[in-house]
Amino acid sequence: MRSKYLIEIDAKDVYYKDLNELIRKEIKKGVKDIRLLNVCGQRYIGDGITANNVTIHVQGVPGEDMAAFMDGPKLIVENNAQDGVGNTMNDGKVVVHGLAGDVLGYGMRGGKLYVKGDCGYRVGIHMKGYMDKVPIMVIGGKAGNFFGEYMAGGTLILLGMSTNNNDRPVVGDYCATGMHGGIIYIRGIVEEDKLGKEVKHFELDKYDKETLKPILNDFCKEMGEQFDIFDFSQYTKIIPVSKRPYGRMYVY
Amino acid sequence: MTQKFYKEPGVKDSLQIRRQRQGDYFHSHPEYKVERDNNKCIRCLVCVRECPYDCTYFDTDRNVIYNIDANCVNCKRCEVMCPTQCIEIRDWGNKFRDNAYWDFKHWGSIYKQADTGAVVLTGLGNDEDYKSYFDRMVLDASQVTNPSIDPLREPMELRTYIGRKPETLTSEDIRNSKKIKTLFPNISTEVPVIFAPMSFGAISFNFQKGLATAAKKMGTFFNTGEGGLHPDLLEFKDHAIVQVASGRFGVSSKYLKNSAACEIKIGQGAKPGIGGHLPGEKVTYDISQTRMIPEGSDAISPAPQHDIYSIEDLRLLIYAIKEAVEYQKPVSVKIAAVHNVSAIASGIVRAGADIVVLDGFRGGTGAAPRIIRDHVGIPIEVALAQVDERLRKEGIRNQASIIAAGGIRGADDIVKAIALGADAVYAGTSAMLAVGCTLCQQCHRGKCAWGITTNQADLRKRLPVDIAAERCTNLLMAWAREIKEMLGLMGLNSIESLRGNRLKLRGVDLSEIELKTLGIAQAGI
Repeated sequence: MRSKYLIEIDAKDVYYKDLNELIRKEIKKGVKDIRLLNVCGQRYIGDGITANNVTIHVQGVPGEDMAAFMDGPKLIVENNAQDGVGNTMNDGKVVVHGLAGDVLGYGMRGGKLYVKGDCGYRVGIHMKGYMDKVPIMVIGGKAGNFFGEYMAGGTLILLGMSTNNNDRPVVGDYCATGMHGGIIYIRGIVEEDKLGKEVKHFELDKYDKETLKPILNDFCKEMGEQFDIFDFSQYTKIIPVSKRPYGRMYVY
Repeated sequence: MTQKFYKEPGVKDSLQIRRQRQGDYFHSHPEYKVERDNNKCIRCLVCVRECPYDCTYFDTDRNVIYNIDANCVNCKRCEVMCPTQCIEIRDWGNKFRDNAYWDFKHWGSIYKQADTGAVVLTGLGNDEDYKSYFDRMVLDASQVTNPSIDPLREPMELRTYIGRKPETLTSEDIRNSKKIKTLFPNISTEVPVIFAPMSFGAISFNFQKGLATAAKKMGTFFNTGEGGLHPDLLEFKDHAIVQVASGRFGVSSKYLKNSAACEIKIGQGAKPGIGGHLPGEKVTYDISQTRMIPEGSDAISPAPQHDIYSIEDLRLLIYAIKEAVEYQKPVSVKIAAVHNVSAIASGIVRAGADIVVLDGFRGGTGAAPRIIRDHVGIPIEVALAQVDERLRKEGIRNQASIIAAGGIRGADDIVKAIALGADAVYAGTSAMLAVGCTLCQQCHRGKCAWGITTNQADLRKRLPVDIAAERCTNLLMAWAREIKEMLGLMGLNSIESLRGNRLKLRGVDLSEIELKTLGIAQAGI
């Protein structure tokens, strides 16, 4: 199928380098909607692409570092994704309708990253916000260790609902260690010993509810499902104690 | 626990200053003594205004300028600026009883630590008395049997291509120059010296712009460090190597594309294995703009990059960057020289890096814990020799260029490094010296009296862009001339013929195992 704005690419047995080159070429031509069929582990889909109003649908399981350095496009994965999704992403939107692996949104500076299911370890490390750029990550399931470590800005939301790990706590150990900016919202109770000593947890206030509502609405809209996640009394807010966690550690 | 360091500089009465003095460290033993000849002093107060460390003050009651010697760091600013040359900074002789074991570095640190409970920071590079292998290697010269070349009348080739080279080239390929150009992305430099990574934040904007201007003029490169590319430096993008480190400050796909090459920083010679940390008070509006973080927030680069835990992970990031720049630019990986560095370098090359940067333990830093700066890492000479040899043995030396960094002091070190196997070198401390650095090792305090490692408006204007640019250009020009002289006397007319040419090197005063590690012969043989 091919029109001026819409194209289908069969990614079966296509090497990742060729596939990504093809995607870039089509976007340069002005294609606005790309459907990738039979994706099977091809890496770097959407990597470094600077374009607005472009949507890439991924059918199958994409490889690592999807949407790394991405700046603008919207990526929809109808299945699971692997590690490194949204690595140092600048802008755009990634919607994963399944699970995702480790190191999501490392150093992410803008855009949105939604995952329906669980994610692995080291998710949201070093997310940062600057002026009008506020990265937003919503994880529908549960998260492993080091969630939001060294976080410097943005909003990180963990819903703990659509999970395959019912017996696991909502978040792993060392959550928000070294955090010095941004906000983490976790739906559920987070035990004190899971948190880094640079943060404190609170109940949500009016401002938080106002911020969360549109994000959660958008999340439900993208996932095409109305989840029961709007009871704000279930949430915990985690914020850093200081913008400068290590200010007193050094002497001249 | 409180830290009390900074006091308002300027004019005070003696009572004020005495109170202030009591508020200092419990023990503040001075390291230097500022001697002022009161007969020569005209009370112009230049020294009072120039000292950013609040060491000099004017006592209005007595009409005399005094010093708090404990605050003096021997930056020489007052000494140089004094119009009557009445100031002399001397080593404070009155230390403890002579002790070869308990030196000032150790007992001084203990006093500070007992006061604050904190890690002692310092700047610049390792200043301990380790053996320098550069100083124990000598170069060959042509005599009678093979004539030397006179660089004054014969062309000498210093141009160096940095990046991956093809396995083989057929004569067909060579005739088809278009094909060679499209083989692998390389960067070409007219002098085998590149300015070392120093971020805007660690150094002043003026100095960075000076470096960029000099690099453009001399056909070489400067490196942004992990601080982003300031919008005003965009015109120098073709001469910028942009760095990606664990904090990912200022990194975006635009940043990667606005460059000559991209560099992944794994480690730094001055502080191998630990991260960076730009304190919040240094994150001013300008810096927050290039780093893309809020003003006043700490800029923390954690020790590891949390997406790199193996060579395979490194490969992922290398190719993520290559994809982002559409395979148009070489990707470099910078590591600190540590034990077993050759195996690590081999892994890096196999992971797809086009350039490997080795940073020796003499490499400088904007800030590092003193114990780490002085005691971690290995000399660049041995690391370089070992890496070059290993890559050659494995048959993958063509896959990556090697850049040697960390304590390159002059054209002599450059020539020796290239003979040991480097393609080019990074020079950082030398460039700082070129613009007036006095090696006072206070870079971490952000109050550089010479306007080099500070972004405080009143201090940074002490180093104007054009002067920085001119002096750095001159340095490169002088080095290029010296390198050409050195090449000529060895009977070489191209830097390519020197690379890895260890026959041109001989060791003096080195043990057998040292000679073997460096891969060179004893002088006289």
